[in-house]
Order: sequence, then structure tokens, then C-alpha cells
Amino acid sequence: MSSSTAISIENVSKAYQLGVFNTGSFSDDLSRWWAMKRGKEDPFLKIGEENDRSIKGDSNIVWSLKDISLDIQQGDSVGIIGRNGAGKSTLLKILSQVTHPTSGQIKIRGKVASLLEVGTGFHPELTGRENVFLNGAILGMRKQEIKRKFDEILAFSGVERYIDTPVKRYSSGMYVRLAFAVAAHLESDILIVDEVLAVGDADFQKKCIGKMNQLGSSSGRTIIFVSHTMPTIKALCKKSIFLEKGKIHTVGETGDVISTYLSAYSPAKTGDGYLPKGISLQGTGEIRYTRFLPTKEGMGCEEFFFGERPVLLLEVEVFTTVTDAAVGIHVLSVYGETVTMIAPNKNYKPISLEKGKYQFKVLLDEVLMPGEYSFNLSVSKYNTGADIDSVEAVGTIRILRDSIEHDLDYPWATVHGYYKPRSSWEMKRI
Amino acid sequence: MSEQTWDLVIDANDKRGRASLKKIWQYRDLLWLLVRRDFVAFYKQTILGPLWFFIRPIVATLVYFFIFGKVAGLSTGGIPPVLFYLSGLMIWSYFTDTVGKCSGVLLENAAMFGKVYFPRLIMPLSIVFSSMLRLGVQLILLILIFVYYLFTSDTISLTPAILLVPFLIIIVSFQAVGLGLLVAAIATKYRDFSMLLGYILQLGLFLAPVVFPLSGISGKFKLIVSANPMTFPIELFRYSFFGTGSFSTMNILYMIVITIIILFVGVYAFNKYEKTFVDTI
Repeated sequence: MSSSTAISIENVSKAYQLGVFNTGSFSDDLSRWWAMKRGKEDPFLKIGEENDRSIKGDSNIVWSLKDISLDIQQGDSVGIIGRNGAGKSTLLKILSQVTHPTSGQIKIRGKVASLLEVGTGFHPELTGRENVFLNGAILGMRKQEIKRKFDEILAFSGVERYIDTPVKRYSSGMYVRLAFAVAAHLESDILIVDEVLAVGDADFQKKCIGKMNQLGSSSGRTIIFVSHTMPTIKALCKKSIFLEKGKIHTVGETGDVISTYLSAYSPAKTGDGYLPKGISLQGTGEIRYTRFLPTKEGMGCEEFFFGERPVLLLEVEVFTTVTDAAVGIHVLSVYGETVTMIAPNKNYKPISLEKGKYQFKVLLDEVLMPGEYSFNLSVSKYNTGADIDSVEAVGTIRILRDSIEHDLDYPWATVHGYYKPRSSWEMKRI
Repeated sequence: MSEQTWDLVIDANDKRGRASLKKIWQYRDLLWLLVRRDFVAFYKQTILGPLWFFIRPIVATLVYFFIFGKVAGLSTGGIPPVLFYLSGLMIWSYFTDTVGKCSGVLLENAAMFGKVYFPRLIMPLSIVFSSMLRLGVQLILLILIFVYYLFTSDTISLTPAILLVPFLIIIVSFQAVGLGLLVAAIATKYRDFSMLLGYILQLGLFLAPVVFPLSGISGKFKLIVSANPMTFPIELFRYSFFGTGSFSTMNILYMIVITIIILFVGVYAFNKYEKTFVDTI
């Protein structure tokens, strides 16, 4: 409660009507209008439900935001995180006046500039120069202001050569550069940014984040930033808000909020990992895979921090003794390509399995890069190469960009490759 | 903590529109840039360029002259046919163009309106000014032909009534914006209304004195045509140039009152719906 509150949000809610608009909704509209005319409450809002996409509700009204109250101090940079559909974008849209809340009040002090998209209003037929002026004006700049900053904008964008060419001839990278350059030179007290930084090449992204950081720290500007990229949030925002199903889950220091957010979704519903009988009828069938489960501390788990090493639990049933079983686990990228293959022996030599049931605990010792992975399981006869059993694409896991202690977070926007081999570096002056 | 002055208050229960003249004035540069964009984008990558502004009214005038003047043999109330059709068509197409574009303003700019806020009225205003600019260019054509007739024939003469022209253009603009915005607001949820508008505008051509003079009709039909808000602007527009037309003081009063009502209703509906239309679109 200080005198420098920049944004004060009081009990803000936003309802959305689902379904299609047609004859049916028209008669609903009429009865709603009639109820409101008689001074009654909107009959359709009473039966609203919280926004959970996975459950099919009875009402076609959902609350995208429900009773949000929040004060943001001047000069704060605040990150907003949450899963898709948690209400992040809705909150930004209301704050930037693109849409109106269903109930509640927001009071804002200072000039607001919002960047929910770069290049809004760019006209393909106009030249880069004309579009800079048009886009700047759409974002709320005066012509004089744009004129004054034009050289700066041009230098930042790095498209000097094409500035008098229609933007329809631009590459998408150039287009985005120019658009961001305009936005970055907006003068405002409060800057609202949706994940627009997720564009352009890695170099330009770095430049953008640098610019944002500079905007936030130097001029006492208030920044509100929505992103799925935790390292970016961490780099830009001191405080964060974790939204879940339209409500505020946690508010606090960014590091703490991110940890809460990640742990809220880590205990995944992976089940017990038992493979349905008959999942594989391929191969000769002396051995069948019965269970596959990625685990963390003995529990099934889908999400792992960067640097954390998943333990894969593997169970097989052997019906007939095989003396030369070549067991292998293929690690697949999200595109389905095999990233690497692991086996019980370092030299991929076969093992001997007698009749019975076996369990393997496989520690993935190399560090996987952030991303999503699944596994193919295979076993074949080493000598003849004949397939005994194979199961495809099981046990999806996700490696996050964040590390456990946040000291080894994956820093870049682009993920380079799939795994990080252990390496040791020796440096000497030559 | 104590007394704070807020620059912006977003209140869900605020029934009033949020656009103020002050805010629109702050965005006047944008208004000008949008008008310029429309004008420039219109003839980019064409050979004839701005000449296209003239070609449409000339071709339409010739077609109407042939169909309604020669084939149907409708009178033009003593005004040279070319001037009669050109003047009527010019003001009528200014009206229909503006209504049509205004009625689509929310739907067509939804992508932009969904991402950035500026006073939404800026957009219809830019449409009116672009149309007005085009009308201005076409007026030059009308004036040239008018001057030609002024010197070569004695059926028409220049009267002080010509000073009414700016006033009439404002009247037509208000009607067009009012009607366009009303449809724009409703069409965000139910598209039926923009289709309906298309038919009404097509029909309207024959319920307004565009291809016939008001003096040329009588009875019930004249009553219906007189009720059309666009009738007297057209009639007066011709009067201000050519000095002939049939209207009474009551008709003029009716025109002014209905124009104010249309404008008010349109702007009210637009302001009410523009706040949340991105949700229903």
C-alpha cells in the first residue's frame, strides 16, 4: 500500500460464452435483455463455471478470470505464468483495453502501451517507412515523436536498405525486426507484453530481451510480461503471478513462483506404466515387455528439471529362455527420430534371460536437453537379428528449461540438439 | 495511499462509451495516416492511378443515362441528363460506400482491434474522411461539367444555394456513419444484419431520387420516397447546383432531425458493443 500503485485490479472477472452464435443464442440474448430490463441479474452468468477445458460442463458460460484482485507498484516488472487457458491473455487483453471485464474495476496510473503482437496494422502495400509511422500511431505515438526517433528505430531494426520498399517484399525476419523496433521505442509508463519475443532468430531475441531489460530497469517503468519461457521471465521480472483456472494461485518473488508453478504440474498422471496386453504382437514373442515407466525418486513422473536424470523402470516377461537377447531402448525426439540408443551392456553385447519375470532400473546418465522425448523398446536375437518384441513411443517425458536450484537453467531460446555429453574443458594461454 | 489521481479507470459497470473527443483528438495523427493509407493503397500498382476515381462515376453515369434516360425515358426535371445522373450517383455512392465500409469496420479490423487499443471511432472516422476525399475529387469532375453547361446553355445558373453543398455532405456523412455503425455493432454477433444492409442499400437506390426527380413521381410512392432519409439530401444537393428541386421547410426539418437520430443511435450502439466485440466475433 504505497502511493505509487501503478495498477490496481479489484475483483475483476471475465466470462466467455462458448458455442456458436445462431438462432438459439439470439433467443437467449432476447431473454437476457428482458431480464436485465426488469432489473434482474443476468440469468446466464449465474450458472458460469470455471475454465477447465478437459471437463465438458453443463453451462456454455465459462469464467476465464474470476475475482482477480491485485496491486502492481510503479516500477515493478511482473511476470504472469500459468498453463494455456489459465487466463493470462485475458488479463492482458483487459489491461490493454482490447476487451472489457464482465465485472470488477481496474484503475491505472500512467500511460499504457501494450504489445500483444508485433506489427499490428502493418499494411503490405506500404513501404517500411510508411508502416513505421502507421504502426507507431496505432500504438499511440504522435507523428513528431516517431519522426524524432525514426533514426533510432531504423538502426535498431537493421533493415536500412529496405526502408523504402513495400513490406510485402520483406522476409518474415525483417518484418518482425522492423515491427519490434517500433514497439521498443514506445514511450509509456506501463508496458504490457505478451510473448511476442518468441519471434525472430536467436540473436534478435537476445537483442529484444536486452532492450526490454533496459526499458524496465532504467526508467522506472512498470512492465507486465506473459511468457511460457521461464528463463525469460526470470531475466526480466522480479515478481511473478501464477494464474490457474482464472484465479491467482501464487504471487511473489519470481524464483519462488516458478518453483511453485513447476511443482504444481510435476507429479504427473503417468499411471503405473503397465503396458496393455497385446500392445505388441510383432516378433517371435519369447520375451514380452510388460511395463515401462519413467520415474523420479521412485515415483512415476513426466516432467524433469534440466540436469535431472530420469530413472526408467522396465519390466519384461520371458516365456522361453533366450541366451542372446539384445535389449535396447531408443530415445526419440518429439519428431520421432531416434536420438540415441541405450542397452544393458556398454558394447551393446547381448544378455542371457532365463524363463521368468525381470525388472530393470535404467539411469539415464547423460543430460537430455530441454524438450519432449518418448521411447521405443526393442529386443531381438543378437546372432540372427530376428525381432523378439518391440513397443513404440511409450513413456513420454518432458525436460524443462529450469534446473532444480535455478543455477543451471537452460538460458537460450533455441534448444541446441538433444543431449549434453559430459565434457571437460582445459584452458591455457598460448 | 491517500488521494490518487488515476489516468484510466476500467469499470465493468460503466455503461457509457469510453471514447471521448479528447481521446480522439490525441489520435489525430493516426486518423490522418489511415486516410492516407486508404488513398495510397487504393491505386498502388495500377497504371491509371488516381484516374480510377473518375472512371467509376463516368461509366455509371453513361450506363444510367442510357438505361433510365434513353430506354426507360425517365425525365430529369429539366436538368441536363449528364449532370442529373452524375450528381445523384455521386452523392448516392458516397452514401452507400461509406455505410458499407463502416458496417464492416469491426469485423474487418477484428485482428487489429483484438491486439491493440485506440479509440475505435478513429476507424469509421478515417473511412468517412477517405470517402469524402474521393467525393471531393469527383466533385471536381462535376464542377468542370457544370461550368461547361453554365457557359454553353442557359438552362442552369449559379445561385448562392451552392453554399449548401458542404452542409449537405455533412448530413449525408452523419447518416452514413450512423447507419453503418449500427449495423457494425449488431453484425459482430449476428452477420444477418450486414447481409440485410446490402439488400436495403440496393433497394434504396429506387426509393431515392437518384434516377428520377422527386417532382416526377406522385401519390403513395412519393410519400414513401419522401420518408427515405437520403431523399432530401439528394434533392437539395441538385438544388444547390441547378436551382431546381421540390421540397418544403418541413422536409428539411425532417431531414435534420432524422439525421441526428440516426447518428446518435449508431454511435451509441457502436460504443456499447466495441468494448467487448472481440469476444463474440
